[in-house]
Amino acid sequence: MLILNHLWIIPLLPLLGAAINGLSGLFGAKWPNKAVTAVAIGSTGLSFLAALECVREFLNLPAAQQALPWVKQYFTWIAAGTFRAGFDLQIDHLTIVMLLVVTGVGWLIHIYATGYMSHEGGYYRFFSYLNLFMFFMLILVMAANYVLLFVGWEGVGLASYLLIGFYFLKKSASDAGKKAFIVNRIGDFGFMLGMFLLFRTFGSLDFVTVFDKTRELPADALGQFGILTISCLLLFMGATGKSAQLPLYVWLPDAMEGPTPVSALIHAATMVTAGVYVVARSHILFTHAPTAMLVVASVGAATAFFAATIGLVQTDIKKILAYSTVSQLGYMFLACGVGAFSAGIFHLMTHAFFKALLFLAAGSVIHAMGGEQEVTRMGGLSGKIRWTYFTMLMGTLAIAGAPGFAGFFSKDAILFSAFQHAPGGRILYAVGLASALMTAFYMFRLIFLTFHGKPRFDEHHVHVHESPKSMLGPLVVLALLSIIGGWMAAPSFWGGTDHFTAFLAPVFGAEAAPEAATAAVSEAAEHSLELTLAGVAVATAFLGFFLAFWLYLRRPGVADQIAKSAKGAYTTLLNKYYVDELYAAVIIRPLVWISDNVLWRAVDASGIDGAVNGAAAGTTALGDRLRRAHSGNTRSYAVWVVIGALLILAVIFWPMLKPAAGMVP
Amino acid sequence: MALLDHHLLSVILFTPLAGALLLLLVPRAMENAHRVLGNVFGVLGFVVSLPLLARFRPDVAGYQFRENADWIPSIGAHYSLGMDGISFLLVLLTTLLGMISILSSWKAIQLRKKEYYILFLLLQTGMLGVFLSLDFFLFYVFWEVMLVPMYFLIGVWGSERRLYAAIKFFLYTLAGSVVMLLGILAVYFNAAKSGAPPTFDVPTLLAAAQQFPDGLKVWLFWGFFFAFAIKVPMFPFHTWLPDAHTEAPTAGSVILAGVLLKMGTYGFVRFSLPLLPADAALRGKIIHIVVLLSLVGIVYGALVCMMQKDMKRLIAYSSVSHLGFCTLGIFALTPHGLAGSILQQINHGISTGALFLIVGVLYERRHTRLISEFGGLSTPMPNFAAIYMIVSLSSLGMPLLNGFIGEFTILRGVFEVNKTWAAWAALGVILGAAYLLWLYQRVMFGAVTKPENEKLPDLNLREYATLLPLVVLAFWIGIYPKPFFRYLEKPVQLIVEMVNPGYYKSAEVKSPIDGPLPVAGSIPRSEKVNVEEPAK
Repeated sequence: MLILNHLWIIPLLPLLGAAINGLSGLFGAKWPNKAVTAVAIGSTGLSFLAALECVREFLNLPAAQQALPWVKQYFTWIAAGTFRAGFDLQIDHLTIVMLLVVTGVGWLIHIYATGYMSHEGGYYRFFSYLNLFMFFMLILVMAANYVLLFVGWEGVGLASYLLIGFYFLKKSASDAGKKAFIVNRIGDFGFMLGMFLLFRTFGSLDFVTVFDKTRELPADALGQFGILTISCLLLFMGATGKSAQLPLYVWLPDAMEGPTPVSALIHAATMVTAGVYVVARSHILFTHAPTAMLVVASVGAATAFFAATIGLVQTDIKKILAYSTVSQLGYMFLACGVGAFSAGIFHLMTHAFFKALLFLAAGSVIHAMGGEQEVTRMGGLSGKIRWTYFTMLMGTLAIAGAPGFAGFFSKDAILFSAFQHAPGGRILYAVGLASALMTAFYMFRLIFLTFHGKPRFDEHHVHVHESPKSMLGPLVVLALLSIIGGWMAAPSFWGGTDHFTAFLAPVFGAEAAPEAATAAVSEAAEHSLELTLAGVAVATAFLGFFLAFWLYLRRPGVADQIAKSAKGAYTTLLNKYYVDELYAAVIIRPLVWISDNVLWRAVDASGIDGAVNGAAAGTTALGDRLRRAHSGNTRSYAVWVVIGALLILAVIFWPMLKPAAGMVP
Repeated sequence: MALLDHHLLSVILFTPLAGALLLLLVPRAMENAHRVLGNVFGVLGFVVSLPLLARFRPDVAGYQFRENADWIPSIGAHYSLGMDGISFLLVLLTTLLGMISILSSWKAIQLRKKEYYILFLLLQTGMLGVFLSLDFFLFYVFWEVMLVPMYFLIGVWGSERRLYAAIKFFLYTLAGSVVMLLGILAVYFNAAKSGAPPTFDVPTLLAAAQQFPDGLKVWLFWGFFFAFAIKVPMFPFHTWLPDAHTEAPTAGSVILAGVLLKMGTYGFVRFSLPLLPADAALRGKIIHIVVLLSLVGIVYGALVCMMQKDMKRLIAYSSVSHLGFCTLGIFALTPHGLAGSILQQINHGISTGALFLIVGVLYERRHTRLISEFGGLSTPMPNFAAIYMIVSLSSLGMPLLNGFIGEFTILRGVFEVNKTWAAWAALGVILGAAYLLWLYQRVMFGAVTKPENEKLPDLNLREYATLLPLVVLAFWIGIYPKPFFRYLEKPVQLIVEMVNPGYYKSAEVKSPIDGPLPVAGSIPRSEKVNVEEPAK
């Protein structure tokens, strides 16, 4: 029970790493990069080991104890009046999944980064930030109340801000960091209000209390905006910011300005899934608010589709993956919205494997190409960087949903749940399927453009070289996980148990049960339906692959012709539906204009200050007249002094004299 | 030690004044002696306030360390001092920031050092007097006394438009004080009507004011409100602030933002709240107006902030926004709102004080405050960049730093009363991130564009000494604010019981601090979760 009784060890290790590496720079003592590496890898590695030990200890607990979250209260953080928020950490099955993903994938990416960043300036700063991120992310997934979760929530946002703007000499990088932070703050606005509403309703923000009390409440009806529904919608507003959903997704593609390991860790595998985690964590609230569920599912499906369409035409390798991430996050929300929380978390996990892999492999490609990111200027790399090619192909097969790969099982679980959902399940399913088609298409387009065909770059100038072992090692491990990561759920295809869902059952089980009951189909029929839908999904993925193959390998000219003939649609997609431009025109520019011209210049400078200065000028004029009274004659001053003194005395003592005055008729 | 036992507050109050008097005796020619002595008394002023930490009892309601002596017996004015949890925090903030600002003037002030340090110490005594006085007459004296040194600090040691700013500051504040004087006299005479001997004793007068007819109370409220709103400053009485802040020397800005503005909010808490009329409808109207002004201040201040080209002006407008949170919290009339507001006043002193010090660091190096003159400073000044980042984050309300605790508690208290108010105020949190990060980006990020910025030296030891205490405090309040809330528990309870009598009964509040802390360990939960079967 070493770790289970001292949960704080897990997040504290990366914090120590961040502090040591951060201070090494602050005091100017030039640490060798090796020391930085040792601290960074060591702290996250130990944290990973501690997490493993923690999981082992938790799973050794008696079943009855495992059915409840294991909560440790450390100290009271904020206590004002009735309000109490503590540094309380908890472990349950949902946290375990997140914990292993965060520390495991996080550690791999740390190792990768030691290779990727080895020639960059500010090495210590990079790892200090990256460890800081790990600390906050662990706080986020281990928190036992909403306020501490919010600490992690804001903290990962900060780490993300610092890391996106890591190349702070580039204006686009610091712009992107700032944009990420502010857009996230817009979401946090909702999150905070949601928390206040929950506190007002339940008198506490501890998960255990809030969820226990919610269980006793009647659920809102569909279309009813009760307190639970509004709380859920407000929390979800926060989630749309952090997890880059419509309409707040705009920061994530820009966030690709950060170093590639950051994109892999923060903007693919972990931080951006925090919104999904919050919705899943609050699943009891959400299942009591069907309207909110419908909103979650719709926003998820819409985002999945919308982002995938943009992904079709992007040419920057990281941007393609970024839009793909937005789209896949939409999938996870779609799952949560139809009540399939464990499917959502399942996809969160497999996505962490294959998307981290894809980003890291993309980083390896960029590394090999000497910084080139445009897939239009690549091609034919498959023979030159075999390991990168092979691992990236595994990731692509996984995300496209090739049978047997991790993404196949999780995506299938989501589409299956959506299909069965009432009301509107079929529509959600159709949108999801269309997105899956596009996913397969744009991912294979990426693979073909990058690795196949003829090289479209100057081979004399670009010396394509395979990455060092420190980078390839994590790629291989993640490729392996992208293949086997979904096998836990495999037995369900031959009528066995879905081990992943069973594992999360202590958390989601009770809530997921009524969902299955409403489907009202016999088990056998359900099983055959699942197989049919899986078949459809595989066919769709293959179609996507084939289209990409045909357009980019067989008939390379056709894609351009299509782009030309549908110029309007193509440029709209290429410019991401002009959403950034729209926000700038509708929100940012008017706000700046009003602040500058109306609030500051008109109201402040001319209005208020004008009035004040006007009054002052008036007084000066008056004073000028009164000045004439100041004749310089001492006796006249004396007269004024006496008159003044009398006046003041009269004012002060008038009320006291009143009774006396009253006696005089 | 008897002096410390019975006259601790007087010692704290008059140590700076003693320093000022001593400095008067030092010949003008001994240039260095002035700033050494000034610093000695800056430190001493802080040191003598430290015994408070051990002696002040947060669990005792009411005023402590009372001192009372007849001063002008004929009108009932006393030399009366006392301290409760609210003034405790503000006094410590004042002595700490006083020490830091005096230290920060070491190199910045080259002209007329003797007068500068004398005036600064005088200012310290004036501000401390405001927080410690329990006699309206004495309070008013200190309130006015403090104006004069500040006027000269801006007017003599300020930058280009210093005279305009100094006079504007003086006239604005004076206008407010005159109205307040009338208010004080009105309270004084009306209380005397009942036949009790005339007195300026604050607790007595405020207790008597509870019996005043509502019509009178409304007038009194607005009279005091006018004075305090100018001081805070609340929209639309804020336009003196940007000018005063911008023109004042660094130390003046630090004190102005850190302490002087708090005199306004302190006045609201101490004097305005008890003067609220008893009639619910009437009171509701007043509260609505004040809250509206606070909300406008929060959003308006933040928006205007973004348009500023001068760093100090930007931070000045951010004060308007931040102080809007403080006044909002006060007039929510809930324990969370009030406690959060007072803590936020301390937080604002720490964060904004540090921000002005940061501008001072840059001003000493470049003699300009224009944002466009900087850019890319992270490269030559990496340690400065780190501290500036922490301070920015503390100001914009990042959890685990102080600003978050204050804002969160205020919003939580306001939400209880009115959700729309909380929503508008929370908008300020978004904008806060926008203007602070944008400022940071323009000053620190990017490549160095101006050749004169290329070789700027990083922080020196003295600058660390001014900034690090504030950074440590920011983390302390952010991570473990409980001790601070403990000092506020009792006074806030007294105030809420007076102005919002039904509150504690209806909310069935039991202070969480009174109860024992739950023991760390796996806590038991309700049984029913246990029995649920995992679904297939």
